[in-house]
Amino acid sequence: MISFEHVTKKYGRETALNDVSFTLEKGKIYGFLGPNGSGKSTSLKMMAGLVFPSSGTVSVNGKKVDRKIAADIAYLSELDFYYSAFTVQDMINFSASQVSDFDWKKAEELVAFMQLEPNKKLKQLSKGNRARLKLVVTLARNTPILLLDEPFSGLDPMVRESIVKGLLSYIDFANQTVVIATHEIDEIEMLLDEVIAIQNGAIRAIENVEELRETKGLSVIEWMKQIF
Amino acid sequence: MEEFQASKPIYWQIVDRICHQIVRGEIQPGEKLPSVREMAIQTGVNPNTVQRTYSELERMAIVETKRGQGTFVTEAKDIISELKSRLQKEIIEVFVKNMKELGYTKEEMISGLKNFEEKEDRG
Repeated sequence: MISFEHVTKKYGRETALNDVSFTLEKGKIYGFLGPNGSGKSTSLKMMAGLVFPSSGTVSVNGKKVDRKIAADIAYLSELDFYYSAFTVQDMINFSASQVSDFDWKKAEELVAFMQLEPNKKLKQLSKGNRARLKLVVTLARNTPILLLDEPFSGLDPMVRESIVKGLLSYIDFANQTVVIATHEIDEIEMLLDEVIAIQNGAIRAIENVEELRETKGLSVIEWMKQIF
Repeated sequence: MEEFQASKPIYWQIVDRICHQIVRGEIQPGEKLPSVREMAIQTGVNPNTVQRTYSELERMAIVETKRGQGTFVTEAKDIISELKSRLQKEIIEVFVKNMKELGYTKEEMISGLKNFEEKEDRG
């Protein structure tokens, strides 16, 4: 369970999040949806213990989030940053060396699933394959919480589909909570349990995807158009 | 991955598709359905949604879950023929409603259908 209580985050005079409160339940897939600069990334970084609130409390499973939360959280950054001399296998070895919960067997399966060549240098990989590799090292961890910041951004439809299928194949649905921040809704609408709409650092609404369809007859995209 | 309509719940659209596949004989009585996870991957849909689909099909007595073995389409002929006539009724209802809106009488609808059938038969 992840909870934000009256969380405000300021960067200098800019307010990234303004008095935000919400709770995310275990075992669900959440979509954090909003335009660029809405506060999605800041929220995810706070859950990951990479950024701390100016005021208010962020807690995970009842514990206030600090740097040690990294043991419970797998975080996929939106940045396409890599060591160019590394091979795919080096990247996996390095990731495994940084955490205690790395599942080697799962990593191996994921590499095959994503059709990555272990000996290939990262600088020789396409952007799409680097995105696939990032997902491999994130999903290979057995953490109760998975945070994915813009996993689809700038990727072609084939790569997007392989990422969706990778998630569906390897998430432990009963035990893992997944939060996906994105401004691209098309790919993931059917993957989500709940959607959180965020704009200008404030939560506009939290809805269950199937309930939106049942009670309002709206897809997530149509709903987003109404509230933004 | 499959396409879904915006206005209906996804679980219900999958229920509908499976019912159609059963009526068309693409899925046979007694046949095992994919596991929730497999179905989720095939359709690109959240497993909780697929689980809801299976629960609904079970409530409709169209499938049954055998513990530790999976979910199977019923072998009861009466349930499948009931399903078949229900789908038929739904399609006819839509057809009749649309035709009435265009001002056609019952007789005109029937002769229209007969003409259409004959043309189809002649290819």
